[in-house]
Amino acid sequence: MTDASQNAGPMLAADGTPLKQSLARSLRRQKLRALLLIAPLLLFVLFSFIIPIASMLFRSVENGIVEKTLPLTVVALETWDEKSGELPDEAVYDAFVRDMIVAVSEKKHTRLGSRLNYEEPGISSLFRKTGRKIRKWDPEADAPFKEKLIDAEKGWGDVENWRVIKTHSRNVTPGYFLAAVDLRLTPDGVAAQPEEKQILVKLFGRTLFMSLIITGSCILLAYPVSYLLATLPMRVSNLLMILVLLPFWTSLLVRTSAWKVMLQQQGVINETLVWLGLVADDARLVIINNQIGTIVAMTHILLPFMILPMYSVMQTIPQSYTRAAKSMGATNWTTFWRIYFPQSIPGIGAGSILVFILAIGYYITPEIVGGTKGVFISNRIAYHISSSLNWGLAAALGTILLAVVMLLYWCYDKIVGIDNVKLG
Amino acid sequence: MKVTKSTLLASAVAAIAGGAMAEEMTIVSWGGAYSKSQLKAYHEPYTELTGVTILNDDSSPEGVAKLRAMNEAGNVTWDVVDLEAADNIRACDEGLIIEIDPDVHLAPAPDGTPASEDFGDQLVSPCYIPTIVYSTTFGYRTDMVPEGVEPPTGACDVFDLEKYPGKRALNKRPIANMEWALLCDGVAYEDVYDTLETEEGVERALAKLDTIKDQTIWWSAAAEPVQLLADGEIFMGSTYNGRLFSMIVEQNQPVGMAWDWQMFDLDGWAIPAGLSPEREARALDYIRFSSDTQRLADQAKYISYGPARKSSAPLVDKHADLGIDMAPHMPTDPRNAKNTFVNNYEWWADYRDDLDAQFQAWLSQ
Amino acid sequence: MSNDAAFVEFQRVQKSYDGEVLVVKDLNLSLPKGEFLTMLGPSGSGKTTCLMMLAGFETATHGEIMLDGRPINNIPPHKRGIGMVFQNYALFPHMTVAENLSFPLEVRKMGKDQREEKVKRALDMVQMGAFGSRRPAQLSGGQQQRIALARALVFEPELVLMDEPLGALDKQLREHMQFEITRLAHELGITTVYVTHDQTEALTMSDRVAVFDDGRIQQLAPPDLLYEEPENSFVAQFIGENNTLEGVVKSIDGDSCVVTLDDGSEIDAKPVNVHNAGERTKVSIRPERVEFNKDRLHADAHTLKATVKEFIYMGDVFRFRLSVAGNDDFIIKTRNAPDAVKLHPGQEVEIGWLAQDCRALDA
Repeated sequence: MTDASQNAGPMLAADGTPLKQSLARSLRRQKLRALLLIAPLLLFVLFSFIIPIASMLFRSVENGIVEKTLPLTVVALETWDEKSGELPDEAVYDAFVRDMIVAVSEKKHTRLGSRLNYEEPGISSLFRKTGRKIRKWDPEADAPFKEKLIDAEKGWGDVENWRVIKTHSRNVTPGYFLAAVDLRLTPDGVAAQPEEKQILVKLFGRTLFMSLIITGSCILLAYPVSYLLATLPMRVSNLLMILVLLPFWTSLLVRTSAWKVMLQQQGVINETLVWLGLVADDARLVIINNQIGTIVAMTHILLPFMILPMYSVMQTIPQSYTRAAKSMGATNWTTFWRIYFPQSIPGIGAGSILVFILAIGYYITPEIVGGTKGVFISNRIAYHISSSLNWGLAAALGTILLAVVMLLYWCYDKIVGIDNVKLG
Repeated sequence: MKVTKSTLLASAVAAIAGGAMAEEMTIVSWGGAYSKSQLKAYHEPYTELTGVTILNDDSSPEGVAKLRAMNEAGNVTWDVVDLEAADNIRACDEGLIIEIDPDVHLAPAPDGTPASEDFGDQLVSPCYIPTIVYSTTFGYRTDMVPEGVEPPTGACDVFDLEKYPGKRALNKRPIANMEWALLCDGVAYEDVYDTLETEEGVERALAKLDTIKDQTIWWSAAAEPVQLLADGEIFMGSTYNGRLFSMIVEQNQPVGMAWDWQMFDLDGWAIPAGLSPEREARALDYIRFSSDTQRLADQAKYISYGPARKSSAPLVDKHADLGIDMAPHMPTDPRNAKNTFVNNYEWWADYRDDLDAQFQAWLSQ
Repeated sequence: MSNDAAFVEFQRVQKSYDGEVLVVKDLNLSLPKGEFLTMLGPSGSGKTTCLMMLAGFETATHGEIMLDGRPINNIPPHKRGIGMVFQNYALFPHMTVAENLSFPLEVRKMGKDQREEKVKRALDMVQMGAFGSRRPAQLSGGQQQRIALARALVFEPELVLMDEPLGALDKQLREHMQFEITRLAHELGITTVYVTHDQTEALTMSDRVAVFDDGRIQQLAPPDLLYEEPENSFVAQFIGENNTLEGVVKSIDGDSCVVTLDDGSEIDAKPVNVHNAGERTKVSIRPERVEFNKDRLHADAHTLKATVKEFIYMGDVFRFRLSVAGNDDFIIKTRNAPDAVKLHPGQEVEIGWLAQDCRALDA
């Protein structure tokens, strides 16, 4: 077959159909079967992982509640110049009262109040009180409303409240993300959160910093253990491995509480030190309810996640490398540092990624032993999920955490190369 | 959360079968001794009376969050939820629980006083059926009081490091702590919330707390200060009075109570929105039963929390097991209630998030 | 050779790992400078242990190992200055070829220029000059082998140890490398201790071969002697193809003896380690020394009746399997010459041999 005829058309199978098509047909059955085999996992991942993450991303910017609850008001406010410093005109008040009467009958006004309260403290009770008073008003008979409403609740005579409603009336809001990095969306644009309320950036920083320290101390502690595990005879190393895995069989809460007993001022460590005379009775060490407590407990809890990948990588490093290096005249240290260590890096990398990513999202342990300075951003996320119900902010914080992890993962890939990561 | 598989299954089946499974309901509470007191005082008599089986779920600490999640998913599996007042206001604002008309849905007092009057000020939210009055107050180690010094009597002693050296434990949130700080810094009782609404007021409260900050362990679960007191880790700490009662009376720990300026708080029932009419009717029936004058008085036999009805107070009896008189251990007892502080729920509903951000930022400094 | 000239010497060396079994039993071995010595033996015979003791990775349980007249038992491996090539090459995967070669020079604190020059020379020596910047994983097995060899030689050690270095290569490459290694070893005048279980390799490469079995050296000899004059039946069996017949010595007459095989027939043999009539013996005869053309045998030579079982055509040689004196695996080889006789299965022939080709060994 000449080049020309090859270029002229696709390769044909014996029956005249294009070869690609006939190949695809013969493979279709196989693909279908493969798809069926992974379908349960695929569905599971979809429902338990992808959909929740997508819904978190959505929730972090979603803000339909204002327009849904106050549809007329949002339209009416469009023509109002919020920078004028003057109250909106009667049209806005009229629209607002009509919206509110509907909202009160559907009991939606308080929900909107709690939403706007994130932006302007005090607005929640304004909506609640207004709702109680407006209930019996008639949109036709009782008009006009401007003075009446201000009479009923003087908050509606405050330009600031109207500016808040207008600023946050869009369906999609950057507000939660801004709040997550200690900024806020004001009617005058993006501004910094007042200094005394700036906490989240600091918490992010602390979470990253402490996770790094925890990862670092895990590396230091795990390396010699993994080396032993990888080089000792099978019988001994199996026993050691059981000791390493033992903590896995104990509940996380129990392990963390055990650290409490160990570290507190009347705890085992302090008692021992005082008994040995190393520490004065009235100068007991403060090693819990602060960053030290979190670092110690989390290092212990996450250690197996460092040891296992390190061990499985070290196990694959043949003895002949170190022997070869020594035969060439390298001392024990040179052999370790130039030959063994570089080859164990994939294990360190895999363990570090694992430990760091686990650490950055840890919640229970910092909550119990972290006091006030040893808590992580996830504790704040938990607070917004279960106590303040500010799920939008929680979602934004979670999204940022996810982005940070992915960014670090990407950096790692650029610097070390992700194919250098081995779990065994 | 201690929901057994069968509980989950049962509630799932109940949700599917709806009215057909009218013999079961899921009641959510806080667990521990508190749930036990409810079981004895409310659940058991109710089951005896009606044959309805009651399933317990200890999810109240995440109650509002779970109510919201169930509400969004359109699948409410709870019938009655025990919430503290502040959470109740939130859930009510969010439309997650239904409004109750006390005079329609709740039993009047035995003398015929309507429920709204019998509960009085305790009805802090239109969705609320309060059952107990409890207080956040201070316990201290009697064996750690310095020699020749009077034992502490109240909240303000926590700020006096000179007289009472040693570690303290306080709740890791602004509620109660901010009020105590201002009160003990000389702000008049009636001005506390007005002061707290200003920036200077918040600063003043935090400045007062600053004086004991490095001596304070901040707790997030009420069991923590109890454990810290038991271990001798702290000299004094705030927690719920019922927990201190069981430490002192049931476990005989060397702990005393410092009642002055105890912070009154409420706990009680709520009914989730979105129940089928049958389930809602049954939940209302249960609530009518479990909030009547006798039932509220009965609960005090098992735990030292005061009944939320005025008419229950005279009926408070002796401890069910120990046989001691419960009245002196009640936060509402005149000897304990010389100076009390009533939480302003409305105010906190507005300013909680804002102050919490400031409080947490202050804590992390 | 005298002890003074010995460059490497094992003196009564024993080795045990578990304190119960001796892996190496009473090893005595000395080799002069420049010799290419191969340790040959089945796996578990102790040859690799000996190599590792020489390299310093294992310590002798008893006895002394001397290098250039000095005892080295207490010298750590990195101070012994011995080059080593490993079975799996042990090229450092995280370094380029040039870095691999440069490593032994670096640890000797050699200057950069000198290092580069030596690395280049070593690479050229193994015809790998163009591969300096590659990673080991990018090389074929043969190329990795050359690099491993170059790396063991680059710091100019006087002694090089090789632990089955060609085991992973295919046949053609292996033969080529055998030649390369011996050429280099002789050109550079290095003393080489080479461990293998492949007898062809041992025979083609070595000056002398030490055949190991059961923790002992069974025979230490140049390849030709080893093949032609095995001293015991293990060596005879292990080296090359071999036919064995069992029987009893009937009579010994100086350099020849008569052996009565178990089926009653008699053969001529050379007594090697049998000394008295009546001893049991295994006689060993190489397939190419068996003759079935009666004209080429002594007139009074004993012959045996044999039945051809199989004919195998192997190109350069013909190979026949015969049934002889109850042994069904008796092999004969003849060269594929123009006048070669082809035997056919079923054919009956008479076979015989020269007495000196048939060695009566230990039973």
